[in-house]
Amino acid sequence: MSVQISYKEGVMTARLSGEIDHHSAREMREAIDDTAQKLKPYCLRLDFTRVPFMDSSGVGLILGRVRMCSFWRGRVVLCGLSANLNKMVELSGIASVAAIERRAG
Amino acid sequence: MRPINQTQISFSSNSVNEGYARAAVAAFLSQLDPTVADLSDIRTAVSEAVTNAIVHGYRDSLGTVYISVKIYGDGRAQVRVRDKGCGIPDVKQAMEPLFTTGGEERAGLGFAVMQSFCDSVRVSSTVGKGTSVTLTKRFTPKC
Repeated sequence: MSVQISYKEGVMTARLSGEIDHHSAREMREAIDDTAQKLKPYCLRLDFTRVPFMDSSGVGLILGRVRMCSFWRGRVVLCGLSANLNKMVELSGIASVAAIERRAG
Repeated sequence: MRPINQTQISFSSNSVNEGYARAAVAAFLSQLDPTVADLSDIRTAVSEAVTNAIVHGYRDSLGTVYISVKIYGDGRAQVRVRDKGCGIPDVKQAMEPLFTTGGEERAGLGFAVMQSFCDSVRVSSTVGKGTSVTLTKRFTPKC
């Protein structure tokens, strides 16, 4: 489990790696929030390219970040979702509160 | 119908074991030669059930989570996740999407995910005795 964070011109990207479940979500949340609350980015990109598995704890993680960013009118963008993760995202209806960047092709 | 193969595991209700539990179930079910999508579905459903046992069943205590997996000749698998925790007072309410007692970071989707990713979900619970969640899924043969 790890989170790599980069920032450029108001866009903060968090590259998540590893399986996301109730156990790992807490550390990921802390890593993201520590930086996001300082930078207050207008856009928080969550990159799931290196996440092979996610249960509904990942949905909780995303919803919590949407809520946090709304305090400074920031938005959340999801990218790098595999077919497995996409199924969870569609079931949750998260697309109504976060933008989803589809892979090219 | 009698199962053609079965296994049981049990482990402490530490959240670090959530990954172990779904990996162990998936490893046992790999003998069905499942599709990637089917295996991912059952991993997800098991993860939800085990998380419920740890977060809700044993919310104030450490206990043991029991999983039994049965494989039937017609390609069905049955996974039962059981705890001896606090039990659910109102199962119907607990199974409603978005209902959660888990706080802001829980989406309240656990049972909705189990129902969506499996063919059937049965829950029986007694307050003070524990909860048993039975997931059944038919594995489609690869073409």
